[in-house]
Amino acid sequence: MSLTPKEITHIATLARLKTSSEQAEFYATQLSRIMDLIKQMNTIDTSDIEPMSHPQDPALRLRADEVTATNLREAYQTVAPATENGLYLVPKVID
Amino acid sequence: MEWETVIGLEIHVQLLTKSKIFSAASTAYGAQPNTQACDVSIALPGVLPVMNREAARLAVRFGLGIGAQINKRSIFARKNYFYPDLPKGYQISQFEVPIVGQGRIEIETDNGCKVIGITRAHLEEDAGKSLHQDFHDMTGIDLNRAGIPLLEIVSEPDLRSAVEAVAYLRKIHSLVRYLNISDGNMQEGSFRCDANVSMRPKGQTELGIRAELKNINSFRFVEKAIEFEIDRQIDILEDGGKIVQETRLYDSDKNETRSMRSKEEAHDYRYFPDPDLPEMILDDDFIDQIRNQLPELPDARKSRLEREYHLSSTDASHLTNDRDTADYFENVCSQTAADSRTVANWILGELSAALNHSAMEIRDSPVDSIRMASLLDRINDDTISGKIAKQVLTLLWKSEKSVDQVIDENDLKQITDTGAIEAIVDNILQENSAQVSQYKAGNQKIFGFFVGQVMQQSGGKANPKQVNDLLRNKLD
Repeated sequence: MSLTPKEITHIATLARLKTSSEQAEFYATQLSRIMDLIKQMNTIDTSDIEPMSHPQDPALRLRADEVTATNLREAYQTVAPATENGLYLVPKVID
Repeated sequence: MEWETVIGLEIHVQLLTKSKIFSAASTAYGAQPNTQACDVSIALPGVLPVMNREAARLAVRFGLGIGAQINKRSIFARKNYFYPDLPKGYQISQFEVPIVGQGRIEIETDNGCKVIGITRAHLEEDAGKSLHQDFHDMTGIDLNRAGIPLLEIVSEPDLRSAVEAVAYLRKIHSLVRYLNISDGNMQEGSFRCDANVSMRPKGQTELGIRAELKNINSFRFVEKAIEFEIDRQIDILEDGGKIVQETRLYDSDKNETRSMRSKEEAHDYRYFPDPDLPEMILDDDFIDQIRNQLPELPDARKSRLEREYHLSSTDASHLTNDRDTADYFENVCSQTAADSRTVANWILGELSAALNHSAMEIRDSPVDSIRMASLLDRINDDTISGKIAKQVLTLLWKSEKSVDQVIDENDLKQITDTGAIEAIVDNILQENSAQVSQYKAGNQKIFGFFVGQVMQQSGGKANPKQVNDLLRNKLD
């Protein structure tokens, strides 16, 4: 198994996912199989191939620098759990 | 043991675009909270980023300004972290292939010029602001800043002292102002700096463990924060301790740095190419057009000022540190008959002092280049003396009148009428007969006393050269 349950728990923590130890075991087995497949792919010599970042061909479209967005704060804040003085309020992030 | 300091800087520059990097919301500073936070800025589900061409143009402009490699193909990546100032859960940045590759810049140090390597400069979006004041134990979030385009300029660990770090930071600041890619306003956060500081025994090539200093928002604090950090690290190392790799926050009130995040996993950003943004491909025309529009840069301008205006290297350097000052200097020179070195002296002396005193920038100077030129003309044609000119400058500061009006209304014209000066000279010599005898007995030093008295009685308006000549005639 190339991935340990401990590593799974770590990755889950980074992604803010709660995992039980049974789940960590389960995903370690499953994801290890995927990692093994990647390991197999890594044996192929790709040194003369340019890495690809996206599967699509088209290049990024660039837009003109214009301000067209209007102020929709009131509308957006009607669906926010808590707001005050125009600010979005969230659970405290610093002690 | 003798220690060597190793510093690398990461500078975040807000680019001067009207709209955000991936959306059409305004980037103007100082708006009411969240009034410039569109659906993309607040990350409503289903929105997609659309890249701003101007942000790419300004980044390329910087790259060409430092002679760096421009990557015609660059990739946007997601930098994953959870913090409410970026509600997507990631920051769009560039990781593997940034828009600007390796470049270099020269700084001046006490030991002459030094070349500092620039590793890369990449485009990314700024985060919003978190306000930790009293919101019933909640944190307030303003997302107006989220999505403002940033260019992050990363230096090589080539800096060896706090002073060098500041010289480098100033050089980059001057460059982004010259290139007009950012307003460079540190108070408003348009120009921010993080410093990576580590120590190693002198002679060792391997780098020591570094601490990253954040939140340093003035040139002065950069120097103080780094100096504090150097002392802190040396103390630990000399006591046989080890430096922990961490992020430290500089507190300017206490002049100390303190640990901010200890969790190592906070740095595990799991970058990957952003599937929403295909590769950015820039063509040669786009880059050539930017190259053709590059302004004259500080180093080139400094050499030209030395050559064309016969300035000293120091004066040329001071005048060209800031583009507005150099523009002001050249504008004055083109409108006055006064010597260019006199113009330089006035700008770096009297005008700078007056601006400092009023806490103003030269572009807001109450005395513009036109009035400065005519003030220097009036010294040049002997209408007023240099000393009176300082007085005129003070008066101009508070009014919008012309130089000639101010001189006339305050009766400040230099007295050049020999008869009038002679009358004062005779009067002074009569009143101070004792000093006259001393002078005649061989006390040459007392000559200055007579000049002073005559000048005083004329209200500083007598032509000093004529005063000298007349006194010599009468006394010798």
